[in-house]
Amino acid sequence: MDVLKPQIGDWWHALLQGAGLSSGWIVFLDALVITLILLGLGLTSVLFAVWLERKLAARVQDRLGPNRVGPYGLVQTVADALKLLTKEDITPDNAERLSYNLAPGLAVFAVLMLLLVIPFGPGLIGADINVGVLYLVAMGSVGIMAILMAGWSSNNKYALLGGFRAVAQLLSYEIPMILSMSVPVLFAGTMSMEKLVEQQAHGRWFGVVMPAAFFLYFLAALAENERTPFDLLEADSEIVAGYHIEYSGMKFAWFFLAFFLNTLILSAIATTLFLGGWRGPFVEQVPALGIFYFLAKSFVLVFAFMWIRATFPRLRIDQMMAFAWKVMVPTGLVLVLVAAVFVKLPVAPLVRDVLLFLVNVFILLVVAGLVGRHLRLQIKRLSEGAAVVS
Amino acid sequence: MLNTYAVIGLYALVALTFPFIVLLFARLVRPSKPNPLKNSTYECGMETIGDTWVQFRAQYYLFALVFVIFDVEVVFLYPWAVAYGKLGLFALVEMALFIGLLAVALVYAWRKGILEWQ
Repeated sequence: MDVLKPQIGDWWHALLQGAGLSSGWIVFLDALVITLILLGLGLTSVLFAVWLERKLAARVQDRLGPNRVGPYGLVQTVADALKLLTKEDITPDNAERLSYNLAPGLAVFAVLMLLLVIPFGPGLIGADINVGVLYLVAMGSVGIMAILMAGWSSNNKYALLGGFRAVAQLLSYEIPMILSMSVPVLFAGTMSMEKLVEQQAHGRWFGVVMPAAFFLYFLAALAENERTPFDLLEADSEIVAGYHIEYSGMKFAWFFLAFFLNTLILSAIATTLFLGGWRGPFVEQVPALGIFYFLAKSFVLVFAFMWIRATFPRLRIDQMMAFAWKVMVPTGLVLVLVAAVFVKLPVAPLVRDVLLFLVNVFILLVVAGLVGRHLRLQIKRLSEGAAVVS
Repeated sequence: MLNTYAVIGLYALVALTFPFIVLLFARLVRPSKPNPLKNSTYECGMETIGDTWVQFRAQYYLFALVFVIFDVEVVFLYPWAVAYGKLGLFALVEMALFIGLLAVALVYAWRKGILEWQ
């Protein structure tokens, strides 16, 4: 399997050695180039994602969306970023200044760090560490910290409520997310993101074998990204804007950027873990195709995220918490056990995959049926209660 | 291996400082005209009443406690999942027991009404 990075890497190292640099300098320059590429990629892709979301939401609501600055309004986000950069930055007198100023930077840091272990193509990964998935889980929690800091230090009741909701929601949905992410790790026997993709050869994507785990991850990702139907922490009709109510100017822009970059990265992680990453037809012959496949799969997921945001209403907080702990966590535990049992089953791999798929569909149907029955009972009870009152 | 962590180190350093450098730059180009009214707490035009940092619901605390228990236990799943292919049937039995314990804890919390949001 020839990969892209060694080809480019060899040429690059030959160039540096030709210039007579020591090995320490080469390591440093390597790291610098990777850092600059990832940062540039992250920041520019957000500009595009914001435009895409606005355009998509506009289409859903039968509007035109941004269409003035540049072709199809593509440069609108750049103009917005420049505007936010030159806007006055208000720090409330009551705010706790240190955490108030640290929080936006920390939010961006947490999300940017996730970019490092995402394989964009064969061998194209910032750092292929052997604890990749665990690293993702750990770095994901830093963002929660930033949100809590912002909510607490603003000294604003809405912001504080948003911060509390953030902790309650993001922590609760972290569990099913970690559970569903452990299923691909179980199959592949490795936490390295690069090796996880290599294990999904010949169309045996973990998301196809275990659709229930993929669905669980997708729902948890919606919640982790504070998107509808789980956008309670910034519910504008209840708590105005949640934890970033007091932020303005560039600090607000950082929260905004962290939010959109998180959307992109969560889809990229889903692609890597469940949809075969850069795998696709003819990728063995033409490795560059891998980048295209990876981006295409990721953007299908990003599209789904935005579509859901444009069409779904918001959940109530008790429904949201109950869904995490009473539906998703038990399902996740069952899925891990099922996957573990089937991996040890003494049958042919193909038979095992088909069986796993069927069991997964069965689990999904049972869970959906139980939730539906519970909701119908609740509606019945509510309507009877209403009849008594009237 | 060392090179990989050099990348992570440099990247972490840049990712941590970059947002603050941009904030410093914004400080140079943006106007700054604070006044007491502008810097007051924004609560939709109403004057804020009382202190914000008061006692809050214990419910959030309970969920945080349940989370800590589950998070720690779930993270233990990862080393098991990585080594699972190399281990025998024993690993399956052991993890079934472990997940069973988790499930018992969840049922206990459920029955105690901790998962109920009042």
